[in-house]
Amino acid sequence: MTKNTDQPAAVKNTAVSIAGWPVQQVFRLLEYPFSKIQRGVGVQGMPWIFLLPNLIFFGIFVIIPLFINFAFSFTGGTELFLSNRVYTGTEQYRFLLDCKTFGDPITCREDRFWKGLYNTFIFVFFQVSFLVLFSLITALILNREIRGRGFFRAVFFFPVLLSPVVVALIWKWILLRDGILNAFLVSIGMDKILFFVSPEWAMFWAVFVSIWAHMGFYTLILLAGLQAIQPDLYEAAEMDGTSKERVFWRITLPLLWPNLLVVVVLALIKGVQVFDEVFVLTGGGPGTATQFIVQYIYNTGFTEQVQNFGLASAASIVLGVILFVLTMLQLAVTRARDNG
Amino acid sequence: MADPGVETKNLVSIILARRGRKKWHWTDIFSYTYLALGIFLMFGPVLWLGMSSFKTRAGLLEFPPTFFPLGQIELQVEGYEKPLLLFDVKMDDGSTRQLAQIRRIGIVSQMVDPKNPGEKFKIPIDQRTKVREFRMAWENYRDPLERFNFLLFLKNSVVVTVVATLVTLLINSMAAYGLSIYEFRGRNAIMLFVIGTLMIPITVIMVPVYLVVTNLGMVNSLWAVILPGAATPTGVFLLRQYMLTIPKELIEAARMDNASEWTIFSKVVLPLAMPAIAVLAIFSVMWRWNEFLWPLIVLNRTEVYTLQVGLNAFQGELDVQWHYILAMTVVTLIPVALVFAFLQKFITTGIASSGMK
Repeated sequence: MTKNTDQPAAVKNTAVSIAGWPVQQVFRLLEYPFSKIQRGVGVQGMPWIFLLPNLIFFGIFVIIPLFINFAFSFTGGTELFLSNRVYTGTEQYRFLLDCKTFGDPITCREDRFWKGLYNTFIFVFFQVSFLVLFSLITALILNREIRGRGFFRAVFFFPVLLSPVVVALIWKWILLRDGILNAFLVSIGMDKILFFVSPEWAMFWAVFVSIWAHMGFYTLILLAGLQAIQPDLYEAAEMDGTSKERVFWRITLPLLWPNLLVVVVLALIKGVQVFDEVFVLTGGGPGTATQFIVQYIYNTGFTEQVQNFGLASAASIVLGVILFVLTMLQLAVTRARDNG
Repeated sequence: MADPGVETKNLVSIILARRGRKKWHWTDIFSYTYLALGIFLMFGPVLWLGMSSFKTRAGLLEFPPTFFPLGQIELQVEGYEKPLLLFDVKMDDGSTRQLAQIRRIGIVSQMVDPKNPGEKFKIPIDQRTKVREFRMAWENYRDPLERFNFLLFLKNSVVVTVVATLVTLLINSMAAYGLSIYEFRGRNAIMLFVIGTLMIPITVIMVPVYLVVTNLGMVNSLWAVILPGAATPTGVFLLRQYMLTIPKELIEAARMDNASEWTIFSKVVLPLAMPAIAVLAIFSVMWRWNEFLWPLIVLNRTEVYTLQVGLNAFQGELDVQWHYILAMTVVTLIPVALVFAFLQKFITTGIASSGMK
């Protein structure tokens, strides 16, 4: 952020004043109450006053819910308010985790949960590997001396800003039975494919569309990593007449490696929570072929006839544990990168 | 990286050997092919959305589809109340005439010569082709805004985005100020706590946050969408890192002048932190405009739908009205496209330096 100096000044100033104006009006209004407060608590107390609103928000909407989540998962019934709920101990977890063999979702008592977990695993495996692969290729190409680099960077980046609903609708329109892709297939003499009827195709497009939408973000991080590599290393390699392939394997990749790891873990954390695009694109179908863990929680807690908040909470805690492990991995990987 | 093989490499070097002094490498060819493919794959779908959104309902049903929005020409023919569709017809004698269709009965269509309304024909339908012209179906855009709740959804989305961004900027910058300007006991603990909340995304605490929101009586009001995500750890972190670079002497000098802490915050620190605040503002606008899962949970009545939830509800209907959906998708996309066009550099430097999205 501090290195924003390459910004065209005019654009920057306009943006800043547009974003800043309404804020400043609010601040003027708050002048009086805050000077009153300062007279009361003194300068030493002021940091807490400044922190208070944010901490209250965190408390109400993150910390308290976190504890309630555990409480929910140990209770049963359909009541939303905790005082009306029945304590059931670890019943929800036992129900959720009751499987004959863990490799096969059908042998589990709550097979939808396991199907969701299993689908998420398949999705994450393919999505993350190809996402990172294509982001890496794109970043490497954008890092070269090509004409119109800024333009191409924008080309790959803009889907990141699109809403998941928009992304899904754009692709759904292409993939429909009478969509343009099927028109293309027919024109080259093939049969139409019903992409949302076949489980394999639905999963393929779920992975594809989510890569399409998020690739730009990871490309940008990798590009920043590539640009941080000392140019004199490349110059030295060129002097020695080292081949481009060798330069890639011996200089670029090893120096980019820490960034690559960070990207992989970030993509894992996002991938495990996949919901929006796929939900709009396939609705989790056909059947439960593209239903993921977040959709399982959403369905169980909010859309089923009998809203099972306890089960949804227990499932979200399982998700939370997975995310916690991944976040710890992220911290370790980021620390390793930043310490060189 | 994919290797197109040694043969290609040799072939390419033979073809391009004489081009300038710098030798072409297979990676050059690969790069430009990749980029060309990239443009097609990234822009194509959006272009197709834009083109399709201007087609009429009938035009969208056509298979194979045309690239440009074409509408069949309709004519007012003397003696007929409604406008009639115009066709090119291959007559039995081999000539081609332009006729208007009165009605279709099975595989035969009754037609009339628009220049001579007395003259009628019975034509098998496979002998006619539609006469079409380039026509943008603006009604796709007009109708949903007039007839459906779309304007309401749009308004809800704008309200959520603006109010939520203001709240976020206010409380996040206050928290960042508290954490960067003062030295006090517990500062590091608070900072850890703030970063720690990053680990708890909404997907993990959906059910209990829904309970909290219900308890506060906010279900089916826009506040239920605005408030839960207002305190963002990324925002606090981003602003704090920026405020730490502000020289302490400035604040000391202001205190010497008897400025209140709030004055120092709003008149000294905030203006200096504007670049970081602008970045957070842009991010917050994008987050809020695009937010889907949480609004989907707490907004169950049509009056409070945001654009994203409304669009999803439209596309989930049994009789999907794609001509409206496509147009409204374009409308939903426009603000983001504008933000991107004008503030691209802000966004990309913001992401590259903070790793947040």
